[in-house]
Amino acid sequence: RRTRQNLVGRLDTLVRGKKVISPEVLDELEEILIGADIGVRTTLELVEKIRTQVDRKLLNDTDELKRVLRQELLALLRAPVKSVSGRAVRSELDIPTDIRPYVMMVVGVNGVGKTTTIAKLAHLIKREGNDVIVCAADTFRAAAADQLTVWAERVGIPVIQQKPGTDPAAVVYDALQAAKSRDADVVIVDTAGRLHNKVNLMNELEKMSRIARREVPQAPHEVLLVLDAATGQNGLEQARQFAKTVPVTGLVLTKLDGTAKGGIVVAIARELGLPIRYVGTGEQLDDLAVFSPEAFVDSLFE
Amino acid sequence: MFEALSEKLKKTLKTLRGESKLTEAHINAAMTDIRIALLEADVNYGVVKQFVERVREKALGQEVWQALSPAQQVVKIVFDEMVELLGGGAASDLAFTSQTPNVILMVGLQGSGKTTSTGKLARFLAQQRKRHPLLVSVDVYRPAARDQLSVIGKAIGIPVYEDPTTDDPFKLARAAYREAQLRGFDTLLVDTAGRLHIDDELMVELAQLKAELHPVETLFVADAMIGQDAVRSATEFHERIGLTGVILSKMDGDARGGAALSIRSMTGQPIKFVGVGEKYDALEPFYPDRIAQRILGMGDVLSLIEKV
Ligand SMILES: Nc1nc2c(ncn2[C@@H]2O[C@H](COP(=O)(O)OP(=O)(O)OP(=O)(O)O)[C@@H](O)[C@H]2O)c(=O)[nH]1
Ligand SMILES: Nc1nc2c(ncn2[C@@H]2O[C@H](COP(=O)(O)OP(=O)(O)OP(=O)(O)O)[C@@H](O)[C@H]2O)c(=O)[nH]1
Ligand SMILES: [Mg+2]
Ligand SMILES: [Mg+2]
Repeated sequence: RRTRQNLVGRLDTLVRGKKVISPEVLDELEEILIGADIGVRTTLELVEKIRTQVDRKLLNDTDELKRVLRQELLALLRAPVKSVSGRAVRSELDIPTDIRPYVMMVVGVNGVGKTTTIAKLAHLIKREGNDVIVCAADTFRAAAADQLTVWAERVGIPVIQQKPGTDPAAVVYDALQAAKSRDADVVIVDTAGRLHNKVNLMNELEKMSRIARREVPQAPHEVLLVLDAATGQNGLEQARQFAKTVPVTGLVLTKLDGTAKGGIVVAIARELGLPIRYVGTGEQLDDLAVFSPEAFVDSLFE
Repeated sequence: MFEALSEKLKKTLKTLRGESKLTEAHINAAMTDIRIALLEADVNYGVVKQFVERVREKALGQEVWQALSPAQQVVKIVFDEMVELLGGGAASDLAFTSQTPNVILMVGLQGSGKTTSTGKLARFLAQQRKRHPLLVSVDVYRPAARDQLSVIGKAIGIPVYEDPTTDDPFKLARAAYREAQLRGFDTLLVDTAGRLHIDDELMVELAQLKAELHPVETLFVADAMIGQDAVRSATEFHERIGLTGVILSKMDGDARGGAALSIRSMTGQPIKFVGVGEKYDALEPFYPDRIAQRILGMGDVLSLIEKV
């Protein structure tokens, strides 16, 4: 097992024996932030801010440095929570009863963990007493529907699917009809992985969202963009392009059980104001946690 | 999105014209730009540090060539150094022996593109190298992982060894090996489950699979979008399993792919192929100069330099 050390611990080692904030301390701070994929721009700005405060003698010792840095990062991560618009909910357990079915779409580039996250989410929402249907709108990748079907069986929920190669918007349509006729509470749409620079695939996604809205007022109520914690700087461009195409309401950061920190979400929260909703911490149904800015910030410095 | 390094250097070095040698002042100014460009391209922090030092040594005291501006000259030094670190000019091929079957083991993190790349590689070997591959998936963990490889095998017309009655990766691997020997397949591609480099149990499993199968190639499939953690995961896979090469997948995206440089410099293993799409023909040989251009966000300036 790896040793766990929090922000304070790591910074303590960083500044061991040093009471004053030296240039080396700031260099190492930069290394930690860039190493966590926070992004060059965000990191340089954060370090610059701290450097200025040190120069102006507003920040004198390493204890203050720790506190200020933690606050800066937390502020970046918390800001978007207030700005969530539309009918997206703070927790899937607060879904307003007047919306039925509540339609969620899960999107992202290839292999980030969309299908697995859907299984975990469905499991969570079902456990709270909701009727959940999943929609296998990835009709492209080999055995994508089979994968979702295995998960749906484990969770104990129905899956709506079609032959491979079917227009995914048609599967969304089917799933919404099924949800309405069965009076289901929630529909979660699994979409195929797609790179954000592929215009035709992004148009296909937009069409799915449009069909959902045509069939259910204000749908999709929620669009979760899934990001792999190991993703580097490209994550920001992914978020920009997906948010441009469909009404993304939040992020899910997967594979945080590895050693990657997923720091790019800081840049995304900052630029696009998207809140991080959940984190994935494994390949089993229970390996999903509500995002905690505090835990996340502390882990950046582990 | 990113300002090309060459543009930045042009600005940075404009104020420093008129010298006959690349001076310390030139170099220091340029190094800041180079460093940021590499970090933005996801080259690992430590690798960037080493790289910048090497470039500094090469550049310092060089005569300024008549045909190039100092900015172009620095770009050329950076580019040449990077191409060399990435393995030089030629793309490397796979090492086959006369043994039957030659085993190729596909390994990597979850979702990196192993299963898809297994299909692509098998198709490539059958079509371009006249090999007779058999495929097997020993991913008994991910839901429908084996179905995925079966569908791929059908799509590319290459047989897949299957045994739905067992969930034992070793049994599957051994039986597929025997099947290949028996039926005269000269190549066995083994698709393994995705795993984290810190998952001790699954890393041990992989090491044991390797010990039993004696693969001629153990290929690490890495996602081109991976960031700073690339070094850690690749290094741990290499130390525990022993890699012989890398496939960089999802290069059809717009990631700069700095991980290529990180993985290559930290493991010393060559990048052999790049994946450029979800279809099974979307596999290309790796060309260090192309990736170097992409990491540095140039191409235009390069063609300019080439004409000189
Ligand atoms: N360790 C770990 N693995 C995960 C996590 N979430 C997903 N995975 C694994 O990542 C791999 C890809 O997951 P999928 O759910 O198939 O990803 P996807 O985004 O649906 O992939 P495509 O549909 O092919 O684009 C699988 O091996 C999952 O088991 C996580 O939180 N931690
Ligand atoms: N655009 C693009 N997508 C790719 C490429 N290679 C793989 N993919 C996609 O990436 C996703 C994951 O690929 P898989 O082959 O299932 O990955 P894996 O490593 O076998 O995943 P696990 O077995 O879950 O660890 C799928 O959606 C693939 O279609 C590529 O070169 N380009
Ligand atoms: Mg999927
Ligand atoms: Mg696989």
